[in-house]
Amino acid sequence: MIPESEFENVLAKKYMRTEIMPHAFCPGCGLGIIERIILMAFEELGWDEWEKTVFVSGIGCSGWVPLYFRRDAAHTLHGRALAFATALKASRPELNVIVVMGDGDSMGIGGNHLIHAARRNIGITAIIATNMLYSLTGGQMAPTTPEGARTQTTPYGSIEPNFDLMELLKAAGATYLARWTTYHFMQAKNSLKKAVKHKGFAAIEILFQCPTYAGRYILNKPDPRDMLQWFKENSVPLTVAKKKDPEELKGKILVGEFLHRTDRVEYTEKLKELEKRAKGG
Amino acid sequence: MYVEPGIHLMQGDEAIVEGSLIAGCRFFAGYPITPATEIAERMSRRMPQVGGVFMQMEDELASILAIIGASWAGKKAMTATSGPGYSLMQEGLGYAVLTETPIVITDVQRGGPSTGLVTLPSQGDVMQARWGSHGDYGIIALAPSSAQDMFDLVIRAFNLSEEYRNPVVILADEVIAHVREPVKVPPLEEIKIVERRKPSVPPEEYIPYLPDPGEWVAPMPAFGEGYNMLVESVMHDEFGHRIGTDHAAAERTIKRVYYKIEKNVEKIAMYETELMEDAEIAVVSYGSTARTSLRAVREARKLGIKAGILRLITLWPFYDKIIEDIASQVKAIVVPEMNMGKIVREVERAAKGNAEVMSLPKVGGVLHHPDEVLSVIKKAAR
Repeated sequence: MIPESEFENVLAKKYMRTEIMPHAFCPGCGLGIIERIILMAFEELGWDEWEKTVFVSGIGCSGWVPLYFRRDAAHTLHGRALAFATALKASRPELNVIVVMGDGDSMGIGGNHLIHAARRNIGITAIIATNMLYSLTGGQMAPTTPEGARTQTTPYGSIEPNFDLMELLKAAGATYLARWTTYHFMQAKNSLKKAVKHKGFAAIEILFQCPTYAGRYILNKPDPRDMLQWFKENSVPLTVAKKKDPEELKGKILVGEFLHRTDRVEYTEKLKELEKRAKGG
Repeated sequence: MYVEPGIHLMQGDEAIVEGSLIAGCRFFAGYPITPATEIAERMSRRMPQVGGVFMQMEDELASILAIIGASWAGKKAMTATSGPGYSLMQEGLGYAVLTETPIVITDVQRGGPSTGLVTLPSQGDVMQARWGSHGDYGIIALAPSSAQDMFDLVIRAFNLSEEYRNPVVILADEVIAHVREPVKVPPLEEIKIVERRKPSVPPEEYIPYLPDPGEWVAPMPAFGEGYNMLVESVMHDEFGHRIGTDHAAAERTIKRVYYKIEKNVEKIAMYETELMEDAEIAVVSYGSTARTSLRAVREARKLGIKAGILRLITLWPFYDKIIEDIASQVKAIVVPEMNMGKIVREVERAAKGNAEVMSLPKVGGVLHHPDEVLSVIKKAAR
């Protein structure tokens, strides 16, 4: 445990359960940057927004992210964070419900809940932390593993293509979508602020560096700085991507704000209307 | 808002809905499944009328997590399902157990295994109700025998779930869910409702999983009330902090979620007896089978056989003492069940060899005929 006197980080002191620090992440893990992105966003959104915010997470390295925040948090089951969060939001629409999920939570075991949360357009902010494989169990293939990549369960290279989360959620009915990497932490923070204020299902994918597994197995870059450099060099902002032909974009990470719709009514608003109808009003 | 006091002709599935609303249920999540669908259908009409939320979820995995989420939002919450859905819910049920979340699950049993006998009754899930989720824990399961029971027991189920901060299972079956019979609804002021105990200390003094002295569970705040709860599915200590290799803390948590139910069996157990005063043969039965058994016992009395019946209302925690008592009085115990013989194992264990225990299994999706029970009673009396 780090003594309070040595805990210099202002954000940590203000927002985190410093009594259970240091956290469990590997040295160089990008999840610490994601925690910082969340806290920076709330530092700008203000304490009132923070006080109305509750967190829900699944199982995996990403599931630990909100447990260090001094707020109500549910560490649910693998893949089921959105089901818990959906009921929480439906029961208490005034709360900001933020769900932190990983590759498996969101697109593997929990994929069904993800598409249905988007379909309902329920006012939840989903932070989807992806790192191209399953890390907590030691580096196996995920639905986000690039085709051809070697992992602990794809020793001859993966023969499955990876999901494109933005396209999946666009089709399913989400109304705010953005993708960034931990290299783009300022942009991610700005998107998160918008997502928290957005009325409807908002998802932000943040590709983060897992030097321990993705770095070693997939990118051959065990140094987290090299992974961030790789994120920088291989990401293409959507605005730039529009001017390029698809061949040039192969293997690149498209980043930016993918969608911001205001034409769909949020689920809990509809619930209120339904209740009025049921009561004959 | 609520069904009027008085006597109503109701289906079991309707009675359980009306009872749950009176108990304070304000969130229902479910997925349609025969023979529990009528519960969801009626909930979808009734829940918004009382200011609650009904949600049809994408599957049963979501349904159980949704009611857990709603419970932490401060609502009393329920789901209803049948065998296949109940199997899917087992992991979520364990999450509710370890996080000490009050929820009510109704399993309207149909014949299994697998998709099984979709429209026909069974009592095949009674052991699953006790042991279905992995690990060690205590669970409360109640077995209704009538539409009236569906109304009364769902209120009792909500009360117990709040009192012990634990999931409570209602093990109905297709017959009880679909039977249509008179249900007496008492005036509201005569119905005992247990409300959730909220923390009385400020957040900085609140320890989320440490019961107050003399209590088995801690008070429970809702999300958004400033208590910074950690609803932790990983094995945790009294603070909700994950336990790495602290074996002693893990043992404390596991033993508490086990013993808070098992050691309170006297308070939780409900049963009824009929014609037991001078009985030499006892029929131990539960659910819809108890109705058949009662008829068989009355027929046996007409033949001069001293038979009586014990109807178990609480199946879990299993009340050993009542079986022990009966075993020391009678010479034989007959246990008819709509399964291959499950609760009979508990009866045998609790009888400790003091009476002969005779299993009367029945599978295939049909109730025992009273004559089948009677013939075993006759055999036992010889």
